[in-house]
Amino acid sequence: MAHADTHTSYIYAEKGLLSWFTTLDHKRIALLYFVTVMTFFLFGGIAALLIRTELFAPGGQLFTGNSYNQVLTYHGAIMVFMVIVPGIPAILGNFFLPLHIGAKDVAFPRLNLLSWYVFMAGALLGVSTLFTSKIDTGWTFYTPYSIKTGSAVVTMVIAVFIMGMSSILTGLNFIVTVHKLRCPGMTMSRIPLFVWAVYSTAIIQVLATPILAITLLLLAAERTLGVGIFDPKLGGDPVLFQHFFWFYSHPAVYIMILPAMGVISELISTFSRKVIFGYTAIAYSSLGIAAVSFFVWGHHMFVSGQSEVAGVVFSFLTMLVGVPTAIKMFNWLATLYKSSINFASPMLYALGFMFLFVIGGVTGIMLAVVGVDIHFHDTYFVVAHFHYVMVGGTLMALMGGFYYWFPKMFGKMFNETYARLSFVFIFVGFNVTFFPQFILGAMGMPRRYFDYIPAYESLNRISTVGSYTIAIGFLLGLYTIVNGLRSGEKAPDNPWGSKTLEWTVSSPPTMHNFEVEPIVTAGPYEYR
Amino acid sequence: MSWMNLFNNAAWAGNSFMPTQATNIAQQVDSLYSFLLWSSGVACAIIIGGMAFFAIKYKRKTNTDKTAYITHNTLAEFLWSFIPLVIFLAVFGWGWHIYHQMRNFPDNALEIHVNGKQWAWDFTYKSGKKSGGEFYVPVNTPVKLIMSSEDVIHSFYIPSMRIKQDVVPGRYTAEWFNAEKLGDYHVFCTEYCGAAHSSMSATLHVVSQEDYEKWLQENDEGLTLAQRGQKYYTEKGCVACHSIDGSVKVGPTWKGLFGRQESWEGGGSGIADENYLRESILNPNVKIVNGYAKGLMPPYQGQLSENDVNALIEYIKELK
Repeated sequence: MAHADTHTSYIYAEKGLLSWFTTLDHKRIALLYFVTVMTFFLFGGIAALLIRTELFAPGGQLFTGNSYNQVLTYHGAIMVFMVIVPGIPAILGNFFLPLHIGAKDVAFPRLNLLSWYVFMAGALLGVSTLFTSKIDTGWTFYTPYSIKTGSAVVTMVIAVFIMGMSSILTGLNFIVTVHKLRCPGMTMSRIPLFVWAVYSTAIIQVLATPILAITLLLLAAERTLGVGIFDPKLGGDPVLFQHFFWFYSHPAVYIMILPAMGVISELISTFSRKVIFGYTAIAYSSLGIAAVSFFVWGHHMFVSGQSEVAGVVFSFLTMLVGVPTAIKMFNWLATLYKSSINFASPMLYALGFMFLFVIGGVTGIMLAVVGVDIHFHDTYFVVAHFHYVMVGGTLMALMGGFYYWFPKMFGKMFNETYARLSFVFIFVGFNVTFFPQFILGAMGMPRRYFDYIPAYESLNRISTVGSYTIAIGFLLGLYTIVNGLRSGEKAPDNPWGSKTLEWTVSSPPTMHNFEVEPIVTAGPYEYR
Repeated sequence: MSWMNLFNNAAWAGNSFMPTQATNIAQQVDSLYSFLLWSSGVACAIIIGGMAFFAIKYKRKTNTDKTAYITHNTLAEFLWSFIPLVIFLAVFGWGWHIYHQMRNFPDNALEIHVNGKQWAWDFTYKSGKKSGGEFYVPVNTPVKLIMSSEDVIHSFYIPSMRIKQDVVPGRYTAEWFNAEKLGDYHVFCTEYCGAAHSSMSATLHVVSQEDYEKWLQENDEGLTLAQRGQKYYTEKGCVACHSIDGSVKVGPTWKGLFGRQESWEGGGSGIADENYLRESILNPNVKIVNGYAKGLMPPYQGQLSENDVNALIEYIKELK
């Protein structure tokens, strides 16, 4: 560290591979997360393609029912816990939150590095448990199936909890950073909306993750002391596990989507070169979503045997989440009004996000209507809905955000043509893959089915072809990134003409981000 | 194909791709669903259409384009918060109304006990009549299913009735329907329950009161041994894991099984004769055919009589 040159690019400020694993720089830690998360994404993606290949026709193509269930679990668990949850906060949040508020780093740089190690410990434990124990429970680990099928559920919950610990540490770090390290003039009403989104996410991370610890404790007590909690053979209630699981995992859904919404606010404003419409409404709707997210878990359990009253109350509360989400959509739309839209690839992802997210949103309302959900529950309609939200939402935002900030992160430009081509394949392929699944769900095809009746065949074929199209899109995206890193032109400091602080420093930034502490006198979107 | 004709009458109701409506509640669900589809269509048209319109109209022309400076508009913001809220609350109330009917059990319902286990459904009637893999109900009669599970959580889903309810070990759950159309309807398990989850299905026959009475009186007399075996094949849940057409499922196919040379996990091999089949039915984990997983098939020791086993073996013999 003593040799670190704080005046050159952060990439070259320290030398050697070891310097990356001991770095305290938030930008380098972001890249550590980037490499690891993308590696997991590759594994999860391959599992997805195997699933779609199996479902190309009824009967067994590649797998038996048993091995299909394992691949399905690998896909779900890896994508949720190791890709979508950490994705935007840990990569883009780590890199740009300090830059956005004019800070040299996060509040606790050592804790930040520890978070990555904790995440890796949890992720490696999780992946090794998945593969060695051949876990076939799906990513939800419902009891008593998960108890009957082997003892690995405890290890798996431990792994998820360790990754959750990393979330808590990162969340704490971000909360303190936002409160304590804002540069002079950076009031809370001037922080970029991305920061508001990551801040709201951090609050959920800190509050929701402890529930997993409680679940784990109870599971361990049941396994070791024979106290009946979830296992009906011991007098426990298996549905209680679902309550605990969703009390964490539903807020976790917003951990996945809120940062994506933050990225979209940045992209829409920058590429339409216009002040964001309704800054306050967007900022507070993030907090609103974070608050209500704790009280809607029961909508995962409409058919679980919970009482009619519970079903109705959770249906009502779920409707309330729809409102702040609708507010955000309309604000982004209003931002486009009388603007000047540049269709650069990051903006294509932002517009693609809006397109897919509105479909994910309205189908979410359909599922929240309890009388209708009874039919759709645990069918492909649900699968289509959450892929529209998680992939169409979070992953599109992650890709868009990554292209947007690529010049700043690496000091190089990527090839715009490749990036657009990649977008077209992903966007078209996505709709071809998942739209037919809404219809399959309406027709009654249950999810997690290895085999299906002939009536569902043609739509499944279309869906599988779509998934290969997405894969081509992501390979093109990978090529765009590698090509940009190897032979991209040198990036200017502010290639998109943005107004937020990170574009005032060099591309890539130096170790300490700002040579001189910035003094802020205006909001983040002052395009006049 | 052993799959039943799923939605016997009109394949799909209207153009909404929903299965045949067999109950009044199903019609109500579909009306609400149509309303949701239409209003969602309008919402998508506003947002996606608006986005496309602005994208064309405000495409950047020069890099020095002037843009409007609009930070907020209280009226617009009120409207686009309030109108969605009103719509959400309306569909919430409508959905509640339907859900309340689903959860409000008629007093005079015909009660049938449903038992879920990996991977078969059993049905027991008040008369003591038992059946597996299929069940009969009279048309225009409210039917209440009282359900429990022997092992893990399952879910009893009849698409044409638009009802679904998890079946939880250690407690009873229930659902009801009043079928208004004769026909055969598919039942799916919709809570993930392991290797043969996707084969854990059943058929619901909605028949006239007369045919229902007749079916209740039916017994196995007059069936040949092999015919009885064929009946048990669906009734006892063998169908979930063993095919009779040679295709590979969770377990080995029964086609050509009798007399086949099998080699077993952990070494050893032998001919699939009567004694092997008997052992594999009653105590399936003793010899596992190469390439298949141990522990998936539950032992049928104590659940089948000598005669039942004979019938099954006779049936397997006929599947050449």
